[in-house]
Amino acid sequence: MPSLAGLFFWMNIKLENIKKLKVTKPLKLDCGKTIKDFPLAYETYGKLNDNKDNAILVFHALTGDQFVTGINPITNKEGWWVTALGPGKAIDTNKYFVICANVIGGCMGSLGPKDINPVTKKPYGLDFPVITIKDMVKAQESLLEHLGIKKLLCATGGSMGGMQLLQFCATFPDKAFSAVPIACSSSHSAQNIALNELARQAIMADPVWDNGKYVLKNVQPKNGLAVARMVGHISYLSEKGMQEKFGRKLQEKADYEFSFNADFQVESYLRHQGYAFVERFDANSVLYITRAMDYFDLSKQFKGGLVEAFKNQKTKFLIISFSSDWLYTTKDNKDIVIALNASGADVSYSEIITDKGHDSFLLNEPEFLKTLKGFIDSMYEKFKNEKRI
Amino acid sequence: MKNLKMKKEFKVIADLLPNNTRVLDIGCGDGSLMHLLRIEKNIEVRGLELNQDNVKECIYKGLPVIQGDAETELHQFPDKSFDYVVLSQTLQAFYEPEKVLKNLLRIGKSVIISIPNFGYWKVRTKLLLFGKMPVTKTLPNTWYNTPNLHMCTIKDLFNFCDEKNIIIKKVVGVNENKTSLIGKSNLEIKNLFSKVGIFLIS
Repeated sequence: MPSLAGLFFWMNIKLENIKKLKVTKPLKLDCGKTIKDFPLAYETYGKLNDNKDNAILVFHALTGDQFVTGINPITNKEGWWVTALGPGKAIDTNKYFVICANVIGGCMGSLGPKDINPVTKKPYGLDFPVITIKDMVKAQESLLEHLGIKKLLCATGGSMGGMQLLQFCATFPDKAFSAVPIACSSSHSAQNIALNELARQAIMADPVWDNGKYVLKNVQPKNGLAVARMVGHISYLSEKGMQEKFGRKLQEKADYEFSFNADFQVESYLRHQGYAFVERFDANSVLYITRAMDYFDLSKQFKGGLVEAFKNQKTKFLIISFSSDWLYTTKDNKDIVIALNASGADVSYSEIITDKGHDSFLLNEPEFLKTLKGFIDSMYEKFKNEKRI
Repeated sequence: MKNLKMKKEFKVIADLLPNNTRVLDIGCGDGSLMHLLRIEKNIEVRGLELNQDNVKECIYKGLPVIQGDAETELHQFPDKSFDYVVLSQTLQAFYEPEKVLKNLLRIGKSVIISIPNFGYWKVRTKLLLFGKMPVTKTLPNTWYNTPNLHMCTIKDLFNFCDEKNIIIKKVVGVNENKTSLIGKSNLEIKNLFSKVGIFLIS
């Protein structure tokens, strides 16, 4: 097992060899600062056809990255959406050209808090500007320009990916023929913010964090970061799903140990998830990205609220929610549907009945995957026809 | 057989709708009517449907559909946001049909409702002669499992509209492949011989 510092060094070497676009156009951030000449790391799957009408943009969630499917070359683990995307999958990369970019503020090659600040020549840490979902989305628009895609067949994403997608549609109403926001919300609720704050406080309470300056010492506040990840994992499961998966089962032992080791399977699961996460993710990135999510309130950006945000939408929407998701509830998703309806947009909505909670969008949920496939395939037929006319 | 009959009703509904309008189909099922309206009349369709398999079916066909319950979720559609709202053979299945009907008239500039006619002669004779709740092709369920909570006749709905000051623009009676216009003058007889009544109101 290499040391954490060594691991990051190795990761950084590997990050040199992934696809990156240098975005030269200055990007004015919501916080008032401007960034330019910054890297945007991305990955593509499948082939763009000659008509350029088979492009699908995927927005990733909080702890995701651009490596949607196949093997992630940095972590050597499977991509985060192998269940839904790949050759022969619901989003079939034999047929479609899929693009995904790492969000700015992230740590998989796009500009983030562990990168070198050109002014100080040291890693940013907390000098990194606070970014928003809108900033993330604007940065990714440059990528479409770079790839020569005028109009996407579809854009999709779950959780924070869905939020980016809603922002994308509101900011660029004619860039996507269709859109599938999954298990998301048009604004973060008090409960969403509270959970994110819990994650941030866990990181900040770790003495290694040192006001974000750990990046200068090439260490990572792994205890705090692991707890932050555990909070997330609890919120991704439903009460029933968790009970069914773990119940009160003990972890490889016949009885209680009368100690504070991980007696229960659920404890062991959380610890495993928490400490696996610190090997691939930067603690400051969690602070920045959760902040962006908390600041997200699409209706606040438009006088007249959410209905105004979707005014003149030509994009055809399919909203999908999961019945047992308590992080981004069916109601949160229906509110988006209501606003789209009120603005006269073309919108479909389906609630998938499942016990698997928010995580459902990443899992093999047959009804969900069939619905996703059915929509995208039918949209492709329409988009081709429309382009022909 | 059922499919053919469905198609006849849909054909009548399609004939009532002008081209290039905006139509909301409440309880759109697998999207057959929406598909017909889109292909034949270039109508901009939207559907509302409760059953997940039906919703999936509509999505496969590229038809915009919202999964939801018309009894509780019509509030999401703004006033007069559609030229027509269509409700095919489900009015009688709601807990509060009057409330639903009010909502339909709020959402649509006009409303088309079809009902299985409880005044149809076969229905009447079954109850009269056998003393049992009628089971027919249009009303296939028995009393204990029928989704129909508020059965009515063409005459009932006709009178209801009159009472509530709802404007009746057209009523069409359907019996197998025959259709006929229904007015005050022939209401009694058509109420006896129509299996299905289709109302255009506003």
